[in-house]
Amino acid sequence: MHRLLTDKPGEAMFLLGNEAIARGAMEAGVAFTSTYPGTPSSELSLNFFQMSKESDLYFEYSTNEKVSLEVAAAAANCGIRSMCMMKHVGLNVAADVLMTLAYVGVTGGLVILTADDPFMFSSQNEQDNRYYAKFGGLPMLEPSSVEEAKEMVKEAFTLSESLGRPVLFRTTTRINHSTAVVTLGELPLRKTKGSFKKDPMRCVTVPAVSRGLHVKLLADLDRAQEMAESSSFNFVEGEGRFGVIANGVSYTYAADAVKDLKAEGQVKILRLGFTNPMPANTIKNFLKTCDKVLVIEEGEPFMEEAVKAFAQEEGLTLPIAGKDKTLFSRLYEFDPAMVRKNVATFFGFDCPATQAVDASGIPDLPMRPPTLCAGCSHRSVFYAAKKACEGMDVVFPSDIGCYTLGFLPPLGMGDFVVCMGASAGTACGFSTVTDQKVVAFIGDSTFFHSGLSGLINGVFNNHNYTLVILDNRTTAMTGHQPNPGVDMTELAMENYNMVDIETVVRAVGVKHVSVVRAYNVKKTMEAIREAVAFEGVSVIIAKEKCALYAKALKQLKGKPFQVDPEKCKNHRECVDALGCPAFYLENNMPRIHAHLCVGCALCAQACPEKAIVPAKSL
Amino acid sequence: MEPKRLIIVAVGGQGNLLASHVLGEAALMSGIPVRMSEIHGMAQRGGVVESALVFGDARSNIISDGEADLFVSFEPCEALRALKKCNPNTVTITNTRPLPPFTAVIGRGKYPELDTVTEVLKAKTGRLIAFDATSLAEEAGNPMCLNMVLLGTLVGTGILPISAEAVREAIRTRTKKSFVDMNLSAFEKGFAKAA
Repeated sequence: MHRLLTDKPGEAMFLLGNEAIARGAMEAGVAFTSTYPGTPSSELSLNFFQMSKESDLYFEYSTNEKVSLEVAAAAANCGIRSMCMMKHVGLNVAADVLMTLAYVGVTGGLVILTADDPFMFSSQNEQDNRYYAKFGGLPMLEPSSVEEAKEMVKEAFTLSESLGRPVLFRTTTRINHSTAVVTLGELPLRKTKGSFKKDPMRCVTVPAVSRGLHVKLLADLDRAQEMAESSSFNFVEGEGRFGVIANGVSYTYAADAVKDLKAEGQVKILRLGFTNPMPANTIKNFLKTCDKVLVIEEGEPFMEEAVKAFAQEEGLTLPIAGKDKTLFSRLYEFDPAMVRKNVATFFGFDCPATQAVDASGIPDLPMRPPTLCAGCSHRSVFYAAKKACEGMDVVFPSDIGCYTLGFLPPLGMGDFVVCMGASAGTACGFSTVTDQKVVAFIGDSTFFHSGLSGLINGVFNNHNYTLVILDNRTTAMTGHQPNPGVDMTELAMENYNMVDIETVVRAVGVKHVSVVRAYNVKKTMEAIREAVAFEGVSVIIAKEKCALYAKALKQLKGKPFQVDPEKCKNHRECVDALGCPAFYLENNMPRIHAHLCVGCALCAQACPEKAIVPAKSL
Repeated sequence: MEPKRLIIVAVGGQGNLLASHVLGEAALMSGIPVRMSEIHGMAQRGGVVESALVFGDARSNIISDGEADLFVSFEPCEALRALKKCNPNTVTITNTRPLPPFTAVIGRGKYPELDTVTEVLKAKTGRLIAFDATSLAEEAGNPMCLNMVLLGTLVGTGILPISAEAVREAIRTRTKKSFVDMNLSAFEKGFAKAA
């Protein structure tokens, strides 16, 4: 049985934040869950996916975040408790639904989880999604710890139903990817079947209806503010004339700082966990009892600006600070020592200097960037593309996935990356205003997510570029989640259909389409040369199962290769051009780690001396 | 309970997350407050994986520079890279078996001399335990037991408020059944190195 289905209320478990949130939702009786995977939210979906196989929970990997939220919005409008989760940038994709769904509301609890990523551990930006709550008019909850996240997500469903509005549940990486001891609660029966009651004056957002809905939304936000005023998630801890206002993990750093600085009795903390609408009266009352206030929040001055506005309304002139060149930055994540130092600086406490060792004497270290795996099919395609385009002036827009790493040396393939699906769209612009050739890369999951619309745009507007679809048969980057192109029978899963990329590409009118095995360098090079020569939109589908995925499915059949020392003339094309981590140097000669090599044979094809041969043949 | 802070760094695939989890489970069994935070976004792509564990009465779940009481590196070069987590009193444990990053193989950067690594660690931190932990793992039956060897050593230092017996019990209940004997053997080999 799945660990999170353990029906032992009171039992303590050591759970990852994402597991704790999944369990909290189960304890709230969530019946319908949907997602598009994205770090740091991915394990949350994985646990729902696994639990859905063992229970009456519904879970789906949707094609993208917008669809995912649409799916969940409908379920929640049939009275079913639903949850939709995504990484922060995923909410940009879902924003179109979000903004008007806020007007429409829900009849069953709907919790939308946004996993923000301060410091961009695995993201392209560090946008602060709290503004979506304010922007759309959604109540928002923010946990400060793993154990609180589990309890808070339960409350989020209750809150959603009492207001009839979706609730934004905002986490950061240090909640999703932290682990702590969580006490299990009861697992209720789930309501899995609902019915849709027609209510066009609420659910059909033509202008005349929406004008009324906006009025209701604002009235509900007033109600939500009253709830925030009395919410147990907004509380004051400690006492003193100095005030700290903090949210999320910053609150835990602030609490430790007060203790470490021995400032108990002098500094009190207003912890805000229900942060939209802001509890204006609670904050005003707090300000009135303080001589100085420091707002501690990662990201943007979301709370700070509101707090300053509240002070103005009350005619309060106490110093209020937060984001400031000498205090907190809008950049990256915070840490306990930084918060301790700023609390000490702002309120005038002594703070022992950091004892961190100095960096003198540490030699320059070789970087250890993440790299494409040994046997990664993307490497093969990038190598072939580079060879095929030698001597040509080519722009290579790329996209979001493992293959983004192709921009690193030695492959150096990937010139422009902004968001999911953008390679297919940006290629249109590059090809229009330059005389450069354009070869864009996109993964299979990303193609289904939002690359398809860019491709159709290219066909309709008759742009001139080649789209290489790196079809590794899974969503590899986030942990091998299914996508519409995946053969679900290989995962022993029934009731799915498979969408064939080639059929889709031909159907939208692409005139030049070729399908190659990614490991076959010669054929891939030929296909790329022909495609680049073609005027108009051309597509190459380079198919090869992700080596890690194939290994997990026990389908990895390749045998390791090795370097024949007799034939090797140390050209180093294998090492210098491919960047495969299975290679190492021994006595300055290239060698292959047999335990890392998966037998893709890319190096054997690249070697000018044909010195790389199957291990057994020597 | 005075907080104790542990940082573990490793290269993706070396198994430090399992070691961290075993330690966390042992703390849970012993009733010791524990919080853990990990950065593993690109672990499977050969990047660096770092976990931070805070035992005792602290609310934070990450560890600032200079604040590790105990610092463990599964790879010598990574010990130097993460050294800023240490202070002059930090007890440092490092595996001395190098796993050179690919950049060094293709000549973009030079892998440091092992002697330099241990000299720097020794000079800058409180106590250094450096040994070829991969060899001990191989002796135990599988190089993948590296994580259990180093888990043994870090428990053996006695810095954390966790007993060796609690960790052994966590290994028995939380690691794969077919690996338990080998894991325990690796744990003991590492434990002895802390003496």
